[in-house]
Amino acid sequence: MTEIHAFEQPKEAGFGDYVQLLKPRVMSLVVFTALVGLLVAPVSVHPVVAFSAILFIALGAGASGALNMWWDADIDAVMRRTKGRPVPAGKVQPGEALGLGMALSGIAVVMLGLASNLLAAGLLAFTIFFYAVVYSMWLKRLTPQNIVIGGAAGAFPPMIGWAVATGSVSIESVLMFALIFMWTPPHFWALALFMKDDYSNAGVPMLTVTHGRKSTRAHVLVYTILLAPVAIGAAFTSIGGPIYLTAAVLLNAWFLIGAWRIWRRDEVMAEADKYAVEKAVFRFSLYYLFLHFGAFLAEAALRPYGYGGW
Amino acid sequence: MALQPLHEIHTRRFGRNLGVALTLGFFILIVFALTVVKVTQGDPMQAFDHSVRIEMTAPAAGADQ
Repeated sequence: MTEIHAFEQPKEAGFGDYVQLLKPRVMSLVVFTALVGLLVAPVSVHPVVAFSAILFIALGAGASGALNMWWDADIDAVMRRTKGRPVPAGKVQPGEALGLGMALSGIAVVMLGLASNLLAAGLLAFTIFFYAVVYSMWLKRLTPQNIVIGGAAGAFPPMIGWAVATGSVSIESVLMFALIFMWTPPHFWALALFMKDDYSNAGVPMLTVTHGRKSTRAHVLVYTILLAPVAIGAAFTSIGGPIYLTAAVLLNAWFLIGAWRIWRRDEVMAEADKYAVEKAVFRFSLYYLFLHFGAFLAEAALRPYGYGGW
Repeated sequence: MALQPLHEIHTRRFGRNLGVALTLGFFILIVFALTVVKVTQGDPMQAFDHSVRIEMTAPAAGADQ
């Protein structure tokens, strides 16, 4: 008698699955903010150098995404939102994600160094290290402040873009960093309030679970209050101007009102209107960041015509 | 059995191989374009090669540039 064994073939990974490892949606934000950092700098960069630099910054960000997916495959497999990612879905082996992440990290850092300068390359290397090791491996599963710390990794790209052009770090690039850094916690916690994701099952401490939803609402308000002076303060540097100042005042007033409304509500009120305020503030926070960096860009674009800047 | 020039894995992985080929081709183009720009912009292209090159040494203090 012949026995036939059926083995389940591992699902074949397509090129797109490897692209998914690089978190293309996160990459688009990195490209935009790094491009703004590069374009608003007072030093002009050859278009080919600028294009290559942005490409390698994006590649570095993608590499850290692949390393994150390698390390967090156990968490991703548990959570509804992430269980379709290539590693938990079984399409890409964890070792492949690690190899791709390491190789692309090296290529991105070396190529950025050759295309621009060592400071920019060093900042990119530190960003990858910070996201993959400090955030993913160390603090994400340790503290509910993980979002605050992880936000730093997302805040580096405009600083790297600025360093590509100028070869230095200055108050302008630090303020662009601080803007994203301070924006990340209220943006993410507004999402955490209505996306009741299964972080607790995955063993990731989220503020909504460890400190409760009332405390999370207070955190959203406090971080939004701390964010406003950073955002408005940038208007008075060399990259700011009347357009940016107007945009920053309006956007921060709007964000503060939203955070205040989130803080005033409790779960009963939120359940009653299906988290309408939290969802609105989250959506607005996306425009908030995009419009701030858009305003920086507008100031820089109008400067040659005598309009941008002070 | 006749030799099968196109194995099943070639057709199955065509998309993946094409993606890798295009990515590598694009990378070559980027490196070439960067090289052209760096050379034409007159960036310093010389490095130490075990002999003193007078044009790479720093000018003495007070010397005319």
